[in-house]
Amino acid sequence: MGLAIAFWILAIVAIAGALGVVLLKNVFRAALSLILCLLAVAGLFITLSADFLAAVQILIYVGAISVLIILAIMLTREVTQGSPSGRFRIPAFIVAVLFFAVVAYAMVNTNWQIATAPPLEPTTAALAGKLFGEKGFILPLEIASVLLLAAILGAIVLVREK
Amino acid sequence: MSSYLNQMLLQHEASVRVPPDWPGGYWFHWLFFTVVIIAFVLTIVMGFIYFERRALGRIQSRLGPNRTGPFGLLQPVADAIKVLLKEDIIPDKADKLVHWLAPIVAFFPVMLIFAVIPFQNGAMLVDLDIGILYIMAVSSVSTIGIFMAGWSSGNKYSLLGAMRAVASVVSYEIPLVLSIIGVILLSGSLSMNQIVIAQNIPFILLQPLGFLLFFISGCAEINRSPFDMLEADSEIVAGFHTEYSGMKFAMFYLVEYAEALAMSAIIATLFLGGWRGPVLPPWLWFIIKIFVVFFLMIWTRSTLPRVRIDQLMALAWKGLFPLALINLFITGVEVLLWPAGLPWLAVLINIVIMVVLLLLWSRFFKLGWGRVEI
Repeated sequence: MGLAIAFWILAIVAIAGALGVVLLKNVFRAALSLILCLLAVAGLFITLSADFLAAVQILIYVGAISVLIILAIMLTREVTQGSPSGRFRIPAFIVAVLFFAVVAYAMVNTNWQIATAPPLEPTTAALAGKLFGEKGFILPLEIASVLLLAAILGAIVLVREK
Repeated sequence: MSSYLNQMLLQHEASVRVPPDWPGGYWFHWLFFTVVIIAFVLTIVMGFIYFERRALGRIQSRLGPNRTGPFGLLQPVADAIKVLLKEDIIPDKADKLVHWLAPIVAFFPVMLIFAVIPFQNGAMLVDLDIGILYIMAVSSVSTIGIFMAGWSSGNKYSLLGAMRAVASVVSYEIPLVLSIIGVILLSGSLSMNQIVIAQNIPFILLQPLGFLLFFISGCAEINRSPFDMLEADSEIVAGFHTEYSGMKFAMFYLVEYAEALAMSAIIATLFLGGWRGPVLPPWLWFIIKIFVVFFLMIWTRSTLPRVRIDQLMALAWKGLFPLALINLFITGVEVLLWPAGLPWLAVLINIVIMVVLLLLWSRFFKLGWGRVEI
């Protein structure tokens, strides 16, 4: 009961936030709306007993990525007028609707498997075991970190003054 | 490696979980601690304001506020009344809604931090398994509030202040988190209460370098004085809260001190053994430790001049970041060497390592000399 109420509130907030990102003219407010949406998604993770994931969602998406988006917006002129709509307005709308239809169709028609086991408590130790333990995902993890490092080095090379 | 991990997992599961044994159960626990936390934060913040002004006065060879009430104890009350009675001004060019929301967005995350801080064994709003990670996540939301304030004021100084905030917060978050990982390696848990329970030897002795890094980057993260670039009053008026007055300014003032309190509480919990201590009751030990840490902050504030923005970045990326990585590596090796818990010998080793590293860094990393390239 409590979980259902929490889910519906968070779901509505998330969708309202996402709509705000698209519909608001003011780009700064759109970014704030995106933050609201991401926070609501973190709340959804909590209702699914994925506390670690929720904290990481807030830390990375709200604390880091949104902050960078806002920083980029601050460097933009005439924020309040928003971006003038280009020639691609209607094609972009059609593509977005098509994409939404495909995703919605796939989600409704997939036979989701629902675990009967109770949620794991505490999650962090189990996650650490899966990531770093024996027969875990240590190799993909390391590859991902090397990939990120390569991306950082690439960015430094690109912006370095000659 | 994996055997060590399994052992740690077992240790974690075996560790005592404190049940909320309250009459009335969940809701009473929630209500009680919410009230306690709000009262605690407001009272200690008033204490901090008085303490800081008096200590600053003492360090700068002057008296500090001593007229209102005995020893000037009522000064924070007078300040609060003054600021609340002032006119609330919203600039013409401001984005009204965002301007109004900003103090609230900045204030709430700081209060949320206190939910996982243990005042005594298990005396906390909720003993989250991801305690310290939760703190890092929630406190990162505060930056958004500063951004909103800076942008919505429609003032270039506010905007500049907010831009500086992102530079310092993003840079100093890295050494901050890396020095926390050292503590987590030693305690084997992310829960704040478990971290305190694990401190048979306070982690400031086992992690002296980690403590130093955490303290420095913590001060930068909450924009305490040597690093208060985002409100450098000699350069950008008052930074992000230039256009705020009245109640909303009071909110930002409160946030500033509540953040200092939160940071002191986190340092006391992670490094100074939290509520643990002989003779005195645990909560009193905790408050004493908070005030000791806060005094260190006042001390650095009154001793060191404000750094320039390029020095700020250089210190984070060239000074603290490599040190934090080395600290993490050394801690990892030590934990592998002594899986059953670090002996007193490790204290000596770590202090020697810290002194050597700091001397080494001070050799080829001089901050005071002219402009540092970033």
